[in-house]
Amino acid sequence: MQELDQVVATITAKIESITDLAELDQLRVETLGKKGQLTALAKTLGKLPVEERREAGQHINAAKNSVEHLISARKEQLQHAAVNARIEAERVDVTQPGTGQDRGGLHPVTRTRYRIETLFQRMGFAVDSGPEIEDDFHNFEALNIPGHHPARAMHDTFYFDSGLLLRTHTSPVQIRAMENGELPMKLIAPGRVYRCDSDLTHTPMFHQVEGLMVDKGVSFANLKSVLHEFLQNFFERDLQVRFRPSYFPFTEPSAEVDMQCVMCNGDGCRVCSNTGWLEVLGCGMVHPNVFKHMNIDHTVYSGYAFGMGIERLAMLRYRVNDLRLFFENDLDFLQQFS
Amino acid sequence: MLVSESWLRELVNPKLSTQELAHQITMAGLEVEAIEPAAPEFSGVVTGLVLATEKHPDAEKLKVCSVDIGADEPSAIVCGAPNVRAGLTVAVATVGARLPGGIKIRKAKLRGVVSYGMICSSRELGLGDEHDGILELTEHEIGVDFRKAYELDDQVIEIGLTPNRGDCLGMYGVARDVAALNKTKFVAPRAAAVRATVSDTISTHLDAPEYCARYSGRVIRNIRTDAQTPVWMVERLRRAGIRAIHPVVDITNYVMIESGKPMHGFDLATMKGDVRVRLAEDGEKLTLLDGREITLANDLLVIADNSGARALGGIMGGIDSGVSDDTTDVFFESAYFDPLNIAGKARRFGLHTDASHRFERGVDPDLCVDSIERATQLLLDICGGEPGPVVTKEIADNLPTPAQIALSQDHLERLIGRRYDKKEVTEIFTSLGCGTREIEGGWAVTAPGYRFDLTIAEDLIEEVVRVHGYDQVEATAAVAELGMSTASELQIDSMRMREFLVARGYFEAITYSFVDPKWHSILIPEIEPLPLANPISSDLSVMRAGLLPGLLGAVKKNLSRQKQRVRLFETGLRFIPQSDEIEQKSVIGIIATGPRYAEQWGMDKHGVGFFDVKQDVEALLAMGGSGRDVRFVADAHPVLHPGQSARVVVDGHNAGWLGVLHPQTAADVEVDGTVVYCELLEEVALAASIPTFTSLSKYPEVRRDLALIVPEEVTIEQIMQGVRSVAPASLKDLRLFDIYRGKGIEDGAKSVALGLILQEYSRTLTEVDIDAAVAAIATHLSENLQAKIRD
Repeated sequence: MQELDQVVATITAKIESITDLAELDQLRVETLGKKGQLTALAKTLGKLPVEERREAGQHINAAKNSVEHLISARKEQLQHAAVNARIEAERVDVTQPGTGQDRGGLHPVTRTRYRIETLFQRMGFAVDSGPEIEDDFHNFEALNIPGHHPARAMHDTFYFDSGLLLRTHTSPVQIRAMENGELPMKLIAPGRVYRCDSDLTHTPMFHQVEGLMVDKGVSFANLKSVLHEFLQNFFERDLQVRFRPSYFPFTEPSAEVDMQCVMCNGDGCRVCSNTGWLEVLGCGMVHPNVFKHMNIDHTVYSGYAFGMGIERLAMLRYRVNDLRLFFENDLDFLQQFS
Repeated sequence: MLVSESWLRELVNPKLSTQELAHQITMAGLEVEAIEPAAPEFSGVVTGLVLATEKHPDAEKLKVCSVDIGADEPSAIVCGAPNVRAGLTVAVATVGARLPGGIKIRKAKLRGVVSYGMICSSRELGLGDEHDGILELTEHEIGVDFRKAYELDDQVIEIGLTPNRGDCLGMYGVARDVAALNKTKFVAPRAAAVRATVSDTISTHLDAPEYCARYSGRVIRNIRTDAQTPVWMVERLRRAGIRAIHPVVDITNYVMIESGKPMHGFDLATMKGDVRVRLAEDGEKLTLLDGREITLANDLLVIADNSGARALGGIMGGIDSGVSDDTTDVFFESAYFDPLNIAGKARRFGLHTDASHRFERGVDPDLCVDSIERATQLLLDICGGEPGPVVTKEIADNLPTPAQIALSQDHLERLIGRRYDKKEVTEIFTSLGCGTREIEGGWAVTAPGYRFDLTIAEDLIEEVVRVHGYDQVEATAAVAELGMSTASELQIDSMRMREFLVARGYFEAITYSFVDPKWHSILIPEIEPLPLANPISSDLSVMRAGLLPGLLGAVKKNLSRQKQRVRLFETGLRFIPQSDEIEQKSVIGIIATGPRYAEQWGMDKHGVGFFDVKQDVEALLAMGGSGRDVRFVADAHPVLHPGQSARVVVDGHNAGWLGVLHPQTAADVEVDGTVVYCELLEEVALAASIPTFTSLSKYPEVRRDLALIVPEEVTIEQIMQGVRSVAPASLKDLRLFDIYRGKGIEDGAKSVALGLILQEYSRTLTEVDIDAAVAAIATHLSENLQAKIRD
């Protein structure tokens, strides 16, 4: 059996020197396979005398087991090493940035508008819209602003030769809604409006949101409630809000709404001209003449309407200090709201 | 309206600080916009009387004056003013006085003569620009602090009035509101009638009663031409923002500020014959007080005499009939001009006068005579003169009648959401000057003549809430029926679409709806845009017929600011003039230029191309679901690259265009590099289909690849349609995975590789099935599209 020991020793040495899984498998075939070295040795047992066969058989089996064990151990070792090698080869710097398309961004006016829409929709308001080139009836007449009304002078209207005009406010959407809609109604109407005015604090185009609620028994107390709640939710702060008498031809009574300055918390600063208050909204109870134009019985129904500037709210919310930036579309500006 | 606080407090004086008063009226609708001191800080200035003057021994223009400043001895003061003279009451800055601008008055030698102080001009005291001479005071107690004597420790409260509150364009109106807010009542004083001493009158004819239904006039003869407007009046006018010009003008202005009633004073010597208040004749000319000659039209009211139009009624006087330094005889006019008929007329000539501002808002017709009496008394006091009788012409039918309004307590409560005490409401109406009677369940109210804004019950409701306090109304949430609004699945929400484009690397832009017509004609040459009649500037003068002009402008602006890569989108209306209307439809514009990816490692640096944006557009349209037929049809467009432009068609409707900007157009607008643009109609692009489920197959899918060579003219769409037209129902998906041109493929041809994915619902596909399907497709393509199948 000296021969067997020698064979096992040689194989063992080979196993230890092998670094490749395929080679290892090859060795397994060469040693333990059907035509393998140890298999061949086992086949020689028959030639031995019977009394030696048993012992020799045991030796060979032990040798086969030992080789098999060595091979599988080595295999495991090599497999493990291979995984480790792969891991090493595939190691990356996870701080490298991801690749592909970057994100763009929404315009801050849209962002603000969406926020306003969301809040009012949660209170059951529908979102409506209307044309921007309007006729005199919807922009003025039906809103109780007849021909040479002094209020028209405040509107700086853009006209077309045909007599049509660019809407100066989103209020005509109120009229169109009342022409078409069913009562009761609750809606807001955001959109572009136009005034022939351009300086540091005015752009000839800007955005407003109109609001309208018409139902039986809608009161000024309800109007105060909805706007107070809206401003608090929009700014996510417990703000003081005050209503001041004002004048709009299409509401009576009318009010202007001031809120505590969000820049200085009402202490007084440049933004609020040291008053502690910011004028943010115009509103009032729908004027009976407006209802009359729409054939709504104002002794049965009442309603409130309000209007606010989207840029104004966006400037206060995001602390933008120059209105004109909204329409310059400079990527350095737009990127700040993405 | 600029309100002198001390003047106001003379009329009504609530126990409130200036700030409290300002807050109170602001919260009542008279918004205080500013509070400014009436005069700058100064001290040590007293009233003095010039006793004597003598020439300065060493200076031609200086005089040495002996001035009584109420001290034991007169003071010697050197003065250079041309109007200094004995007997004049003056403002003296005494030794130690501090004048505006930090000037301190010391005993000083002027060319060898010691001067104990300075006699002041109005500019030196910060009271005006006048510096030609010293301030001439009317006779006054001597040695009194000048600030006290002329109430200079006063504030000017600037009130921004809404157009409905014309009644507060006079001190009396403001006083009335302040009184009401403080639960007292202010009644404007009536001027005593001044007895006529001469009998001169001018006959007046009201030829346009719907424009002017009451006209009062008075002749005053022999006024002194050397009279000066007293400093107290100059001061009150100054605080109201009006410069003193001439005693007659100053007096009419003063009456206007006091009562709110504009008046006019003519130089009687220039008036020829009767006064006719009539409409102008078309083409008639008039030179206004500001020196401008205007051409009149027959809807303008003029005050005319036998020689023609002399004044633009209720707006501005004429230059030829105005008073001058030589005027000795005056004709006062105080008329009622109808607000509606006067509105907008001043603006037609670019004018906005104190008179037109008030008449457009409505002025109490009852003040016509009263204002003349008040002005007459002031004129007699200041300039002397002999008044004739007041002559009033009126057409009663055309005068406004006071509104009679009934208000019920229930109405008030319903509209405001709060109940008011009946007596309290009655008091509010009364304090505002309304005739008020309590009736069953409410009030019967007669609006005063100065409140043109009180015509219906709601107007009265506002007055109640305004005076009682808007802040007294407790906010109460509305109670309404719960109704559910619709949310159609057949429409993609616009916000989802925007968010999608943002995720694809686009920034949302908002550009003006009006653009430069030249720019527009380059970028949308096929449409003549709608011009604005009164644009703010020529580069914002036509309405966009598409979003390209605005978006390309924004792209250019960013490129000029060192940005290499610009990807923008915008949504908004485009305005397309049609024969009888203007089509206003909302569109989505998408524009991209520069590298397809932001600069980064590991990605290619290719410039954005047609197919990059096409993928974004396809994905955008895929939001509408797979039930829609989306096609890109090669078609020519005026500003798109003829080889890279497609009409986008969704379910047979034109949705818009996708393409690369035409190289010539790009050159015309000076943009280098490829610009890809897409514009889609929202109504088509955002329409959606509702998914319909089909059951899933349990059997395996198989794939066969098909490579073919086709002539260039054969489009991918033709190939795909060809495949689908003969493929069995088991064709589940058809993929285009390679297009190759170049080596190995002849010129004018391309190699196309297709992946066919097949799957049956009821069984496993056999090799026979598959081979038959592929063979049928191959045959069809070779027969119909000249395709050569590659092995």
